[in-house]
Amino acid sequence: MEAFTRHTGIGVPLRHGNVDTDQIIPAVYLKRVTRTGFEDGLFAAWRQDESFVLNHPVYARGSVLVAGPDFGTGSSREHAVWALMNYGFRVVISSRFADIFRGNSGKAGLLTAQLAQADVELLWKLLENEPGTEVTVDLVERTVTAGEHVFAFEVDDYTRWRLLEGLDDISLTLRHDDEIANFEGGRPAWGPRTAEPA
Amino acid sequence: MTGTLAEKVWESHVVRRAEGEPDLLYIDLHLLHEVTSPQAFDGLRLAGRGVRRPDLTLATEDHNVPTTPGPIVDPVSLTQVETLRRNCAEFGVPLYPMGDAEQGIVHVIGPQLGLTQPGMTVVCGDSHTSTHGAFGAIAFGIGTSEVEHVLATQTLPLKPFRTMAVNVDGELPDGVTAKDIVLAVIAKIGTGGGQGYVIEYRGSAIEALSMEARMTVCNMSIEAGARAGMIAPDETTFAYLKDRPHAPSGQAWDEAVEAWRALRTDDDATFDTEVHLDAGQLAPFVTWGTNPGQGLPLSASVPDPESFADEGQRASAARALEYMDLEAGTPLREIAVDTVFLGSCTNGRIEDLRAAAGVIQGRRVADGVRMLVVPGSARVRLQAESEGLDRVFTDAGAEWRLAGCSMCLGMNPDQLEPGERSASTSNRNFEGRQGKGGRTHLVSPLVAAATAVRGTLSSPADL
Repeated sequence: MEAFTRHTGIGVPLRHGNVDTDQIIPAVYLKRVTRTGFEDGLFAAWRQDESFVLNHPVYARGSVLVAGPDFGTGSSREHAVWALMNYGFRVVISSRFADIFRGNSGKAGLLTAQLAQADVELLWKLLENEPGTEVTVDLVERTVTAGEHVFAFEVDDYTRWRLLEGLDDISLTLRHDDEIANFEGGRPAWGPRTAEPA
Repeated sequence: MTGTLAEKVWESHVVRRAEGEPDLLYIDLHLLHEVTSPQAFDGLRLAGRGVRRPDLTLATEDHNVPTTPGPIVDPVSLTQVETLRRNCAEFGVPLYPMGDAEQGIVHVIGPQLGLTQPGMTVVCGDSHTSTHGAFGAIAFGIGTSEVEHVLATQTLPLKPFRTMAVNVDGELPDGVTAKDIVLAVIAKIGTGGGQGYVIEYRGSAIEALSMEARMTVCNMSIEAGARAGMIAPDETTFAYLKDRPHAPSGQAWDEAVEAWRALRTDDDATFDTEVHLDAGQLAPFVTWGTNPGQGLPLSASVPDPESFADEGQRASAARALEYMDLEAGTPLREIAVDTVFLGSCTNGRIEDLRAAAGVIQGRRVADGVRMLVVPGSARVRLQAESEGLDRVFTDAGAEWRLAGCSMCLGMNPDQLEPGERSASTSNRNFEGRQGKGGRTHLVSPLVAAATAVRGTLSSPADL
């Protein structure tokens, strides 16, 4: 995973709450077997509307999405994270994220920065008044900066550490292989198996 | 230890706990399907890793499969299914493919095979994994990176969930089902109300539910934002599991049941949050909007967006009415549908089909309405056919299909056309969920059947 320390890019105001993962990428776009190319499905239904924010030529180059509360609800599809990243987003800002989406983002290297809704509203106004306004997100300092405004955002320590270091969870877990084997030895014998062990 | 059911199951699966780190949790059962697994297997291949416990892993084909006989026509869907077959063969993972008697929706086949048991941890790259919590398991959906992690290590690093009790006491009125309970819960706490929580459903109305009804309730926990839903195992659970293909037998059965009986929230344990519902006050519920929290009793009318106190909810309701092409004040009973979908991991089990067949028997699907009946698994289909339910549906003018996710999500040939309206026993009424531009009203199997007969949203009492 690519490490994340600080990112500056154009902010995109998405004035929608409850953006579910079916809106981020409809099911019909989930059929690839790779991790790339999902940008074509990003907000596919909404992009058909000319007035949708990503159809604005300036916002179309954005990399920091500022969305309403409860972003990423619904289906567990990690494709939603890939679609955002494939398109060029590095950060999503919202006052509340759905659990699975937030977890998926942390694994794939997309930063989910949680701000108070009042701060999100202020950011929306800034970005709408002056399309193309750049937003800087600093994971070391845990701040979002836009113009003269600086907001502190929330991210849990463990996710922050992994993102800063660009660490991959599986390698971290495999350091404890002996503990896993030890646990396995103590599982009840009557637990179900899908097949006879090889 | 004293604790809630969720805490007990969690604690019994902690492989490693260290300050400043998430717990490393052992996973007892990992279910796979074709949509969220290809990139995970690819990751293993790139890193030169294998599947640690193929014997705790099971794959099936459900999201992409057509529900009419014949091969997959869409080449991209076919690639995804063929990729799963190749991956399972290469990594030694058991697979139930299309055409196999054990194939079906992943959350229908796990319980049906007896693989889902009390006290287990169950994961799948699918948010409706919460279904399996009906057995007193901690079961939750994961993303593809986590699928890869479980394949490689049979564990997941996770922060403990908070606990929420949803107490449903009293007796359900006639015609009110598990689906109505969970839609009422979601309407009450909202689509974000459960975020960060595992819900334990409790109370006399929950205890009175069959296993299949309990699965319906737990299935939609994710629609309230909760990662998982659970119900303490009891005699109903044990009776369901006994003699299933993967359930323990003989002396092992007795040992297992003894262990399972300890899986209860202690009287002195506390939940982080509690919610109460009076079962006696519940009615058949339907959704009018574009998220599962936007639901009301069938006797109500489409709400006026201005009636919501919260600004965000007002905007969301206004947008939903526009998308759904509904006017505030219209009685829900007057909303006419084009399609009725009976199926999905929420309501595609044999009891759901029996309930709907009981309503539709001797009646006809209304002119201009198409009704799709899609069993949740091949076994459910065979069972229904042995009871003659297929004939009840086809005699009424409904279509009898093969098992799969079907019209629950627009990934296979079963989709709504733009502007079409459905009454659906599935779990999500999001914009475009059942096909681009499609409009979805979530309902119970009883309401689905009555709606098919009348052509407008209805309950059996309206017939």
